[in-house]
Amino acid sequence: MVPTSYYLILSGVIFAIGAVGVLVRRNALIIFMCVEMMLNSVNLTLVALSRQWGNLDGQVFVFMVMAVAAAEVAVGLALLIANTRHQESINIDEIHLLKW
Amino acid sequence: MSLSVLFFVLVAGVSLAAAVGVVVSRQPVHSALFLLTNFAMLAVLYVTLAAQFLAAVQVIVYAGGIVVLILFVIMLIGGDTNDFVAPQRSWTRVTALGLGILLLAGLLYSFAQRLQPLPPNPEDLVQGGVPQAVGTALFTRFILPFEVVAFLLLVALIGALILGRPPTSDDPEAALLQQDSTGR
Repeated sequence: MVPTSYYLILSGVIFAIGAVGVLVRRNALIIFMCVEMMLNSVNLTLVALSRQWGNLDGQVFVFMVMAVAAAEVAVGLALLIANTRHQESINIDEIHLLKW
Repeated sequence: MSLSVLFFVLVAGVSLAAAVGVVVSRQPVHSALFLLTNFAMLAVLYVTLAAQFLAAVQVIVYAGGIVVLILFVIMLIGGDTNDFVAPQRSWTRVTALGLGILLLAGLLYSFAQRLQPLPPNPEDLVQGGVPQAVGTALFTRFILPFEVVAFLLLVALIGALILGRPPTSDDPEAALLQQDSTGR
């Protein structure tokens, strides 16, 4: 039986990689993928702790997170598509219409 | 090292390599495929954690839905990236790596501190996350959140439809915005 802490450490490392990706990359789509990866690593934490405590609530919560992630992807990608109607680039340094 | 730990290390290694691949790939399509690998490996880990239903949902929703959607959008708009050729502020990468290492250190410190005295007790969760158990929980104790999520998905669907709609020419505001953004 693999200890729960192994899963937690793995999810922490994936979360950190995703956070670095969000900070480093300039392509909005890749930032999007990194955010998805961070969401998934937290899901892994919830499932691992659900097994640790013998409680199904964590798995139900992961189900909700997946639904929210699907909604987020649909709206976010629609926003990117709508943005490309007004400007060519999806480089986030050039998407600054709403920036103060 | 027992066989299950060895299997975990193999799967975790692949998933970590895929995660790094998402961040460092030059082509967004490669990033999306690495992301697919990462999601599939997480589904395998869910099976080892006795969450069979979530493993299936992970493959269907993430690998089957989200990654395909991202790939479609890449084909539509994001084929090229200038992350590696355009001049960048030189300090951003170093700062981002430093912050990432800081975050990782904090996470690992807290995990190592909190989880020493808690051995897993698999006897309590013999059933695991089979669809029957998760479905019973979803439709009895969590029926209200379930319905709220259904409503959220409907709202997201309508929002995506409205955002993705081509601008109509008889809308003076949209025409003005288009003129303004192309004029600059």
